[in-house]
Formats: sequence, structure tokens, C-alpha cells
Amino acid sequence: MMDFDQPAGDSRIDLSRILGQPATRIDGPLKVSGAARYAYEQHDVLEGQKVGYPVLATIARGRITAMRTTAAAAMPGVIGIVTAPEVGKMPKPFAFNVAPLFGGDEVVHYHQAIAVVVADSFEEARAAAARVEVDYAGETGGFDLHGLWPERREDARDPVARVGDFEAAFAAAPVRLDHDYSTPAHSHAMMEPHATLAHWQDGRLTVWTSNQMVEWARTGLASTFGLSEDQVRVISPYVGGGFGTKLVLRADAILAAQAARRLGCPVKVALPRPAVMNNTSHRAATLQRIRIGAEADGRITAIAHTALSNTLPGGRGENAVDQSRWFYAGAHRLFVHHLGEMHLPESNAMRAPGEAPGLMALEIAMDEMAEKLRMDPVAFRIRNDTQVSPEDPDKPFSDRHFSECLTRGAEAFGWSDRPLRPGSRRDGDWMLGWGVAGAYRGGPAMTSGARLRLQPSGRLLVETSMTDIGTGSYTILAQTAAEVLGLPLEAVEVRLGDSDLPASAGSGGQWGAASATAGVYAAGLALRTEIARRLGVNDADTLVFEAGTVRGSDGARSLADLAAEGEIVAEDAIRFGDFRKRQIVATFGAHFVELGVHALTGEIRLRRMLAVCDAGRILNPVTARSQVIGGMVMGVGAALMEEAAIDTGRGFFPAHDLAGYEVPVHADIPVQEVIFLDTADASATPLKAKGVGELGLCGVAAAIANALYNATGVRVRDYPLTLEHYLDELPA
Amino acid sequence: MAIPHPVPFGPLARRAAFATPDAGRGAAPAEDPYRSSVTLTVNGTPHRLTLDNRTTLLDALREHLHLTGSKKGCDHGQCGACTCTVNGTRINTCLSLAVMHDGDRIETIEGLGSAQALSPMQQAFVARDGFQCGYCTPGQIQSACAVLEEIRANIPSHVTADLTAPVQITEAEIRERMSGNLCRCGAYANILAAIRDVAEAQA
Repeated sequence: MMDFDQPAGDSRIDLSRILGQPATRIDGPLKVSGAARYAYEQHDVLEGQKVGYPVLATIARGRITAMRTTAAAAMPGVIGIVTAPEVGKMPKPFAFNVAPLFGGDEVVHYHQAIAVVVADSFEEARAAAARVEVDYAGETGGFDLHGLWPERREDARDPVARVGDFEAAFAAAPVRLDHDYSTPAHSHAMMEPHATLAHWQDGRLTVWTSNQMVEWARTGLASTFGLSEDQVRVISPYVGGGFGTKLVLRADAILAAQAARRLGCPVKVALPRPAVMNNTSHRAATLQRIRIGAEADGRITAIAHTALSNTLPGGRGENAVDQSRWFYAGAHRLFVHHLGEMHLPESNAMRAPGEAPGLMALEIAMDEMAEKLRMDPVAFRIRNDTQVSPEDPDKPFSDRHFSECLTRGAEAFGWSDRPLRPGSRRDGDWMLGWGVAGAYRGGPAMTSGARLRLQPSGRLLVETSMTDIGTGSYTILAQTAAEVLGLPLEAVEVRLGDSDLPASAGSGGQWGAASATAGVYAAGLALRTEIARRLGVNDADTLVFEAGTVRGSDGARSLADLAAEGEIVAEDAIRFGDFRKRQIVATFGAHFVELGVHALTGEIRLRRMLAVCDAGRILNPVTARSQVIGGMVMGVGAALMEEAAIDTGRGFFPAHDLAGYEVPVHADIPVQEVIFLDTADASATPLKAKGVGELGLCGVAAAIANALYNATGVRVRDYPLTLEHYLDELPA
Repeated sequence: MAIPHPVPFGPLARRAAFATPDAGRGAAPAEDPYRSSVTLTVNGTPHRLTLDNRTTLLDALREHLHLTGSKKGCDHGQCGACTCTVNGTRINTCLSLAVMHDGDRIETIEGLGSAQALSPMQQAFVARDGFQCGYCTPGQIQSACAVLEEIRANIPSHVTADLTAPVQITEAEIRERMSGNLCRCGAYANILAAIRDVAEAQA
């Protein structure tokens, strides 16, 4: 185990001959030709696969009193039906799950899985599932977050953090803001629905599944089925998007594994799209209150952020206030996060959990404060930038260049030419507006391992349980290995997504790229030591690995020659030490947007978008840029259209497919530009890298809301920014 | 905002909505009103299949021919991941039953080019990083090829300003015509760049 227990020094990694260079995806040819096999597409791994189709609860809360399956079981092709009452109450698979996935007669949310019908074909399973009859004893529940808000917005009894005397400082501030903001529930809406093929043999369970976290999935399956972890194998080589909803096991995996065990055949289950919204997880809705007090010169003296979000009992909700603790200076501070216990489906992590909705509100508030202060919103943010924790001056940021993001962005966007007065610039029937917002997201890292095999053919094989959910893991891990061993990228192959391989950090919380490349780096150094041993050299650091050769005082040998004598293998992992926690390791950005609002219809059309990101060393500018523009697209959705509206009578999300829950399409997205600052955070990882996958989303929606205000003079504080919020206030 | 594919061209009516059951599929097939035989010519190869009448063209490809490049994102014609061309016209194969396609020519992503021999559009998607997770990608590529054909065939779209002049390959036309293919990873700008590259190379 390599301990990362002090900041990284200079190393040959800093040369960035391969790592840090633009490289197209090594998995690209498989994906564009349809040859990459996702979880539901494993026809060649097993004979006799049967198809399971879920039966889902049609009440939000209560108890199953009867299930009649006889008619369904008699349908053509049906092999068996497994019901939740017969399985019995089961423990949650993993601490991070909130709702039970399958088992028992209790219903805790709408579309909870209550049976799975297995048949020879999808059509037969689906038809039979429709014939399962269920009686319920329903209970009422809480479904309306707004009802809790009037009381909670005033309640500061159990703060996340309190520094100084916020109330007094706010009362004394010459310039003050106090507003409420709201964000609706959001759906991950990844393109591949959750899917699993499960197979039992000799008491061992193998699943091919679509999951971001192979290790967590294995732990969850082992605990669910009473197995040891080495009796479970999880295979997840391609994941058709996750954004957080595939961090932990979902019902597809449990249904497939239960059915496969009880019916004695391999079973595959894909959640039908209309099941994804209510059966799996969503980003909680938030109601937020922000108070900011400042001196006339723009210095913030008091800041408070209170938020309320929905969660099932026992869940964590959506902590929308956390980034506000670290983003801007100000001596007197108060942060409160209320959990609103609701009986809606499970709210859980979605891309940039907390920051995404938190910054949707905070960065409007910052724009409003700048206006009150008659300051440029860029200058106001720079005025309140900080290099230390606003809660503890002895705790520095490891590497923070937020002001530079703003100034570089302002320059590149031509910000000095912005319309100063709202509603002052027109292009025909279009009112033009410009907006800016800041972005903040943590830079976490987790233990991650890998094994490297220098094969007799001279090719280098990288093996780790890491997943690639579209993030570019295959490519950046190959680049890392090539860099450390001095091989060309074409000489490296990468195997991912298999729990039989060395345990990795997995993909989530924008920790994946930073952690997994550090793990491959550790394994690469271990392999260099093994190569030195084969050469009879004591100290691998005396060797130079370059252009496919290893060179020492005795001359150079090609790695291929050396490996021809027998495969050379090394495995290692990186572990991140406590020194990291004595600083704040985070990522920063600034978003700039120009849009038009049609003067007659109120239609919003984006014209251009710019992101400037400070995320340490960029491991591959091609894949990193794609992560950022993808985050920006999701931010457009959050700003303009995405809303998982709640039926507060029945307690579910009625817009539960890709037509009802609207996400951005090609026609919604304008020219996008991304600038990465040339930074390197020595406290982040040995490669000085941090994630960007969530940073790209943070702040985008607020930049759009601020641009809407700049275009029209109408301030909208409730998302999405749909017509009912501003049409009747548009200038004549 | 999910917009269904623009398919204003070509008759969608199929001649064999309810095919005659095939006598060759085993025990008492003629009495099985729930199954039909159909011949699909997929990527140039004819396949005789006996299918449950409810089987979509998409599931015929994925589950029966094991051509899993065409993806099931929604099964409701909302996402475009299943897009293939049928007799030269792109359709959402999840919205069409296989038995409606007896005798039809179907092109899937596997027919466009293999990983070892990519077509120009597939190469452009790799070069421009026009995808991330890859799940919508085969459908995007199928639509991308079709969009260029549709513009060259002078078929107008919602954003075509002048219906009396030849339709031009513009960014607005491409964005509009690609809007039935969702990409939640948000690769739209890169997909646009890839399509432009191919259009320019073909010009």
C-alpha cells in the first residue's frame, strides 16, 4: 500500500508526455460500433437466460394484504413468480441505501418492487406481470415539503455550523439580502436503465450489472444473501450513465438475484423506463433561505444559508448549504440543514449532491447582492474570495484559484461589454442577457488499487475494479500506466469493472479519476521495482523508463524483451493520509452565459456558454472537457426544464419517463467553451489531479437565472425558469 | 425537451402488419395466433425469424439476432437510442413491431462499421469525443448519417427558413434534426462537431 501522506514533490509525472495530453478514448471504437456489451447484453456468457419483469407497488405507503399470482403464473412462458411477502423482510443491502429494495409486505414508497415475474421472453414476462393482482392497506403520508417550510426557515436550533454572531452582524450590515429560493426534485435520467443478469453456481453469485461502485455492489449482495464477499462477483465493464443513481444496488440486481436463486436459472432484469423515476432514486427537492450582509465596499460580514430537503425516514436528503460554508469569506456565519421526512421515493446522491442545488440558490443571491452594492458580480465574488477556511483561518485551501477563474472567464467572454442595465440590450425581438456564477465542489479521493501485467508480448495490461461510466477511466488509466512505464499509449490495455480485479475507488463524487489514476500510479511504481529486480538492480529509481525501454548503468533493454522471459506482475494501492484533511482540497470554476429571451413569447434560447475550471492537473483535456460540457448541459436542464413534479395527493412523481421529465436536447445547447487553468494540486494526489465531473454542473443554472434577470429585469428564484415565473412581468 | 423524430418523409405504412403464421416453426405453429414468421434483411443478411407478435423490431435485433448495438433507453420512442434505418429511413425501432417489417432492409450500427473498420461518421465521433457513456451513441450515429441524407434530399425541418431554396447543412438544421436523440452525458456540442466534420469531408 502506498501512503500518500505528504504533498507530492516534483516527479517525472510532471513531464506529462502522455498523461495530460489529449487522447481519444481507447474504448471509443467499441462504443461507436455497438460492440461494447452493457449489463443486459451478455448473451454469450451463459446459456438459458430467462427474463424477469418487475411488479411495482401502486401506493406510496402501507402494507400488502394479498397478492394473487395464479392467473399470472398460468400465462404462456412463465417460469415463476417471486413476491416480496414470500421473500420476507430483508435488510437494506448497504448503508448508503435508504429504501428497502425487495422483501416483506411493507410498502414505503410508490413503485417499490413487490414481485418479479420470470418468463422465457420479455414479452411474456411483461404480460404476466400485468396480471398480478395486489391488495393493499394504504396509509397516508407526508408528501408536501412546502408545508414544512414556514416553520423550518426560521429554525436554527441545530445548525451544521455557526461562527461568530450572525444575527447581530446581519442586523448591523448596511447592505442586506434575505430571500427564499427553491429547486425541484431532479432525476438522473441516465440513458441506460438499471439492469442486471444474475447467475448462481455452487452457492456463488455472479452478476453482470450496471453499477458505478463494484465494491459496494459486492458488499450489498453479500449482506443481502448471507454470503461472504468472495462468494460474490460483480461485473460492470460498461455503464450507460449513472450520475449517482447507480452508486448502490437497486431493485434490478436484487430481483434478478432472488429470482435466479429461487428458480434455478440465470435471470436478467432491466427496469422499464417508467419504473426508473419512482423505483430508484432522485435528487431531493430543496427549499432554501439565504441571508447575506455586507459592508458598502462589498465585504461580506454575515452569511446564513438554511435549507430543507425531502427524504425518506433515515436518509440524508440534499445538503444544499455545505458549499456555502467554504465558498466565500465573512466573519459571522450560520448554516442549517433540515431533513423533511417525506414518504416519497428515495432521495439520494445525484451529480454534485448538495452543491448543485445549493449553488443554484447561492449564486443568484450573490448576483442580487452585487446589484444592491452596485458592484460588478465578478468583482463582488473576487472581493470575498478566500485562501483559508472561513470557519478556521488555520485551515488553508490546498490550491485555490477561484478569482483567476473569474478574471480569465471575464476576459475570454468579453464581460466588460456586458449589458449593465437589465433589459437594455436587444437583437430584434430578442432581449439579450449575460450572467455569471461561481462553481465550487470538493476534491475527494479514496483508496484505490490496481494490478499491472507486463506481458510476454510486450503489452501492458492494467487491471482494476474501477468503472467507466462515460468519464474516460479506460483512457486516463492507460495514459497513467503508459506514462509511468515509458510505453506508448497503444501498448496498454485496460480491464475494468470486475470485482475479481484489485479493489478500486469506483466512480462517484468526482473522486474516481483522481483516486483510480493514483492507484495505477502506485501499481506502476511497484511494477518498476519488479522490473528492476529482474534486471538485478536494487533501486528502481536509478532506472529510466522511456520509449519502451528500461535504461540503467548497464545499458538499455526493451521492456518487450524483458517480459518475453516471463510475465512481470505487480499490484499496489494508494491510501490517502490525514494530512489532506488538515486542508480543504476542492475544485473551483466560473460559468458565463449569454442568452436571449423572446420579447413576445418569453422563450429562452441560450446563445453561448463558457466554463473556466480550476481542478488541478487535467489528466486528459479531451475527456475532461467532455465531462465539463456534459455538466453544463445538465445545468441547462436544471435551469430551464428539469422538474420531477410531485403528486402531493398520491405521493409519487407522475412525470416518470423521458417525455414527461424533460432533459436538454441538441437544439437547446449553444456553443460551449471550456478553459482549464494550468494548475496542479500537490495535496490532491501524487498526480496532483482533482475531479471535474461534478464541477461542470455546479453554478451553471444560476448563471442562466442571472442572465435571465439581466435580459428582462425579472428576478426568478424558483427553478426551473419556466414561463409562469416571469411571462407577466416581461417589459412591455 | 424530448421531441419525437421528425419522420415526415416516406410512407411508414408497412405491408405486413399481421403476417401469416409460419408453418415451419415447430409443433402446431399454425394454430399459434401469437407468433408470426418474418424475414428481416439485417445489414444485408436475410434472417427468417418466428417471433412473438409483441416483439418490437428493437427486441428482435437485440434479443433474437443478438445485435445489441441498438440500445433500449426508454422503449417508448422518447430517447432515440434504438434508432436504425429501415429501407433507408431512420426510425425508432422500439416503436415498431418486428412483424410489420417482413421483407424490409434494416441497417444497424453493426452494419455501419466494426471496431476494426469504422465508417467515417464513427471515426468522427471518436475523434471529436462525441459520446461519454456510449449508450445513446449508436442511435446518435444512425441519426447523424440519416440527417445528412435528409438534408441532401432537400427535406425541410422546423428551422428551415426558406422552403423554396435548397436546404443547407447548417448547425441549426443539424441540431434540430438530431433532437430526437437524447444524450444525458451532454455530448451534444461534440456530436455536432463530428457531424460537421463528416459533412465537410463529403462536400
